[in-house]
Amino acid sequence: MLNWKTKEKIIKNILLFFAFSSILFLTGIIIVLFKEGAPIFSKVGILEFLFTSDWYPTYDPPGYGIFNLLSGSIVVTIGAMVIAVPFGVASAIHIAYILPKKFKNIVKPTIEMLAGVPSVIYGLFGMKILGPFLREVFGLPTGLTALNAMIMLGIMALPTIVSLAEDAITAVPQNFRDASLALGANRLETMFRVILPTASSGIVTAVILGMGRAIGETMTVLMVAGGASLFPSNILKPVRPMTATIAAEMGEAPVGSEHYQALFGIAIILFLITLIFNIFADFAQQRFKKKVSGE
Amino acid sequence: MENKLTKRKAVEKIVFSILGLLMLSSIAVLGVIIFFIFKRGLGVISWEFLTSMPKNGMTEGGILPAIVGSFYLVSGAILVATPLGVFAAIYMTEYAKKGKLIRIIRIGVNNLAGVPSVVFGLFGLSIFVKYLNFGVSILSGALTLAIVILPTIIRASEEALMSVPDEYRSSSLALGATKWQTIKNVVLPAALPGILTGCILGVGRVAGETAPIIFTAATFFSMRLPNSVFSEVMALPYNIYALVATGTFPQKQIPIAYGTAVVLLVLVLLINLVAIFMRIKFSKKNTN
Repeated sequence: MLNWKTKEKIIKNILLFFAFSSILFLTGIIIVLFKEGAPIFSKVGILEFLFTSDWYPTYDPPGYGIFNLLSGSIVVTIGAMVIAVPFGVASAIHIAYILPKKFKNIVKPTIEMLAGVPSVIYGLFGMKILGPFLREVFGLPTGLTALNAMIMLGIMALPTIVSLAEDAITAVPQNFRDASLALGANRLETMFRVILPTASSGIVTAVILGMGRAIGETMTVLMVAGGASLFPSNILKPVRPMTATIAAEMGEAPVGSEHYQALFGIAIILFLITLIFNIFADFAQQRFKKKVSGE
Repeated sequence: MENKLTKRKAVEKIVFSILGLLMLSSIAVLGVIIFFIFKRGLGVISWEFLTSMPKNGMTEGGILPAIVGSFYLVSGAILVATPLGVFAAIYMTEYAKKGKLIRIIRIGVNNLAGVPSVVFGLFGLSIFVKYLNFGVSILSGALTLAIVILPTIIRASEEALMSVPDEYRSSSLALGATKWQTIKNVVLPAALPGILTGCILGVGRVAGETAPIIFTAATFFSMRLPNSVFSEVMALPYNIYALVATGTFPQKQIPIAYGTAVVLLVLVLLINLVAIFMRIKFSKKNTN
């Protein structure tokens, strides 16, 4: 029979192990990506891999330059943010600051519910409904273009941005607002001079997380971006972002081949980009917490 | 003076109206997408569509195997992720002291939550399918999905545990219970509805994930239901993608894709709705 102190200690250590599970998996992902993907960097050269644009993994001799894929991802993500940030932040401000509480209690859950719509559904809509529409409007050979991907990713990032930015604005203490109103500022002035500056780092967190979601999104871009590995010089032409490349080609790349390694190489780049986004988001979040708690 | 005041008021009104308009259009756009999916897919749904096997190379018949497959994948993922996530959350809220350790753990959770879904797919392919030799199977898919939702479950459980008032803990400790007895008999039961809500949200998220299962579990067309954890399966989200992207008979297959999309959408929206209601109810109970 164990005495209770030892038993408590054992339980604590078991729980600690579970608490590290996330870090364990994260480390596992990093190890797997580098083990499978790093050989391509030494074969091709990391600069060649990143900055040349011949992606011909199945040709002889093959080309493993991901510049067009990388720029495809970046352009599509920026486009998505151009759409999602104004709409998302404006919605968040309106819901948090202007909308009467009884409406807020309906609108906020509705938007959160929409955040759960699976990406493949957005993909279906973009491919079969928005695609033909864009083709018609712009007179294009295909509606599956960078623009389509930007619009769909922008819409997808909306719920994330609205929900998190709304949280940030609501978290600004009531007495900040009261103090400003008492000094004679009206609600608009209070919003621009007091609420938004205080909530700014929280809103930045929301936008960065929205960006992270957009650049890592796979199914939607796989279905709507068109899939041609061109440099995204024209948003009315197809592109092939990194995620779409991985999803489309992994099935046909023999395990351990150069092509397979190159796809894992793309995943390394993608992982590092989202890691940087997350670190920035975390940093902004810490700043926000300090600001709101008045330290 | 008078003039300036009315001008200030007018500006305020204009700015607020613009914000309101942007908010309404955001919701409208999301509504339009759901509307179109329903409009095109609702006609396909019938009892037979939901309960029969696909026929003629996925051009006719129902989607039963995809429903069953999704059910297996989601159940497996939740069964694995829930204990992991809840135990992790217990350590983080009940044992860890504020400081470096908890900060590192939290950074781990946040970063895992931000990993792109296709990267999880590659991890699953390399570890579960190849290294552990589970093959393209329910087991590989469910394990991969479990990692995908782990952060969701940890965060929800953490929130639920933190909302349990400290008096509960001190009363139990004062009565002579050990820390673990207190957690097991007092804190966990009080946090259960919140933890459950987190699991339900996890179900909603994981039911729609496609990229993690493409290389680990999913198959386009199956004539029979899976008979072991090592079978490959059809799944609702993958079925939609495969039908529109790789199907060779669009006239017959795209309606099936819309039908599948309606099933998936209804499922996910219902799940989220339940979770939201539970959260509202639970948070009311705790503030009273």
